[in-house]
Amino acid sequence: MTDALVNVTDLHSHYGLSHVLHGVSLDIKRGETVALMGRNGMGKTTLIKCLMGLVPATSGSIRFRGQDIKSLATHVLARRGIAYVPEGRGIFKNLSVKENLLLAARPGFEGRMEWTYDRVLDSFPRLKERLIYGGQQLSGGEQQMLSIGRALLTNPDLLILDEATEGLAPLIAQDIWSIIGIVKRSGISTLIVDKNFKALSKISNRSVVMVKGGVVFDDSPSKLIEQPKELKSWLGI
Amino acid sequence: MDAATVLIQAMNGIQYGLLLFLVASGLTLIFGIMGVINIAHGSFYMIGAYLAWSLMGWVGSFWIGLIVGVTVALLLGLVLEWLFIRFLYDRDHLQQVLVTYGLILIFSELRSMIWGDDVHSVPIPELLSGSIQLTENLAYPIYRLWLSGVCIVIAILMFLGIQHTRLGMMIRAGESDREMTKSLGINIGLVYRFIFALGVSLAAFSGMISAPISSVFPGMGSQVLIVSFVVVVIGGLGSIKGAMIAALLVGLIDTFGKVIHLDIFGVNIFPEMSGMSIFALMALILMLRPQGLFGREH
Ligand SMILES: Nc1ncnc2c1ncn2[C@@H]1O[C@H](COP(=O)(O)OP(=O)(O)OP(=O)(O)O)[C@@H](O)[C@H]1O
Ligand SMILES: [Mg+2]
Repeated sequence: MTDALVNVTDLHSHYGLSHVLHGVSLDIKRGETVALMGRNGMGKTTLIKCLMGLVPATSGSIRFRGQDIKSLATHVLARRGIAYVPEGRGIFKNLSVKENLLLAARPGFEGRMEWTYDRVLDSFPRLKERLIYGGQQLSGGEQQMLSIGRALLTNPDLLILDEATEGLAPLIAQDIWSIIGIVKRSGISTLIVDKNFKALSKISNRSVVMVKGGVVFDDSPSKLIEQPKELKSWLGI
Repeated sequence: MDAATVLIQAMNGIQYGLLLFLVASGLTLIFGIMGVINIAHGSFYMIGAYLAWSLMGWVGSFWIGLIVGVTVALLLGLVLEWLFIRFLYDRDHLQQVLVTYGLILIFSELRSMIWGDDVHSVPIPELLSGSIQLTENLAYPIYRLWLSGVCIVIAILMFLGIQHTRLGMMIRAGESDREMTKSLGINIGLVYRFIFALGVSLAAFSGMISAPISSVFPGMGSQVLIVSFVVVVIGGLGSIKGAMIAALLVGLIDTFGKVIHLDIFGVNIFPEMSGMSIFALMALILMLRPQGLFGREH
């Protein structure tokens, strides 16, 4: 268990009276890339928001580096090393590209500074050309690059991407996948939600499938591909 | 009116407008950034004026009183945010109005207990007493000029602070996406506490510096609150730039409304109408631009 970064155990969550997560358990190891899959409304975003402290967990436990983090505030979680690229990107429209990045820049939990402003700009040359643009003047792909670059500037140990390539043209989505590859090679653990089953399976070490607020599959991507019947009912493919 | 009167009144109007800006900017910031309608904002203006009066009596120096008063207001703001306001961010406007109305009643009662219900006046500090001769037959009080200058400096600092500092970036980010701001490790609660306290000190500071040119009286808080709301609505909720322009407009219209003589059928309609003129302006602007001059469309 020494290399486990995240341990989620029997996690439950509610929106008011509606019970959305029904006992989710999930581990993420250091440096591991985990694909989180499931049809619409199965609870992927809710699980992510619980990890980020944006939605309260009603019961169960969440550990990060072995420490209980279930009741910590979102900004504390971020400073402990969890970074979030949300559905819809979460770009600050009234800040310039440069300000979006500078706002996020900070050393990581153990003082690491692997991702600096300059390194992010080198990795995302398109952002470099648009530093003084307002957040709302970017294309969808540029927004996603900004959102990922911004998350990396917090020097996280875990990067969570919700709907990583949603709404992007195939070529732009390619760019995003290769950026995720760079992140993976830099040793940051990632939890990725995306509709592109093939690309996601290719890049991940593990696939986790959710159905109705619970985990129904948690193994290697190759094992998942061997189960066509389940794939059809779980993911509709 | 001769040219000299027009000039004097214009300067008075601008000075009144700048002072209104200081009060209204806190109101519009707290609304625009935190989404809280704080109708107790006028109370802080009133508290500032009474503080100026009583500190003047204690320490005998307007300037030391000013420093002490602003510090007290800052602390008061921090405590109030922690005690009450932070619970209002996710509530609807009715609840915000009810809680802050409760604060008005508390502050009014406290004022009555501590300072009584009398009307007071604060002398103009010696350093700034007297007038300067603008032209041969035109003099203007130095204190009013100083007051306008201070307001302009604070306004500039505020614009620069919001556009060019890290705190300003956090404020704008929080306005755009609160969840995302937290997710980047920013303690937005602390930012809000600071903004609220800043708004309180601005209102109290306005009350303090206006004390020497107007009287200090129990109802001064609600009076300034109403005019400040007119400013905020005309300028557009949450817009600092809008608050500045609206405050100047309101200051000028209100000031000129009081001195213009317009006889209709032998009746001078203006002094009586002047109280209404700013509300007429607000109604007109709301008809043409419901979101206010610089408000965002919803
Ligand atoms: N704010 C909310 N209030 C109430 N119910 C919600 C809320 N957000 C999500 N839900 C419900 O919770 C369930 C899980 O939603 P969630 O967004 O976690 O699913 P998801 O797997 O991310 O779906 P998608 O693929 O569409 O993004 C859904 O039934 C949804 O309707
Ligand atoms: Mg989702």
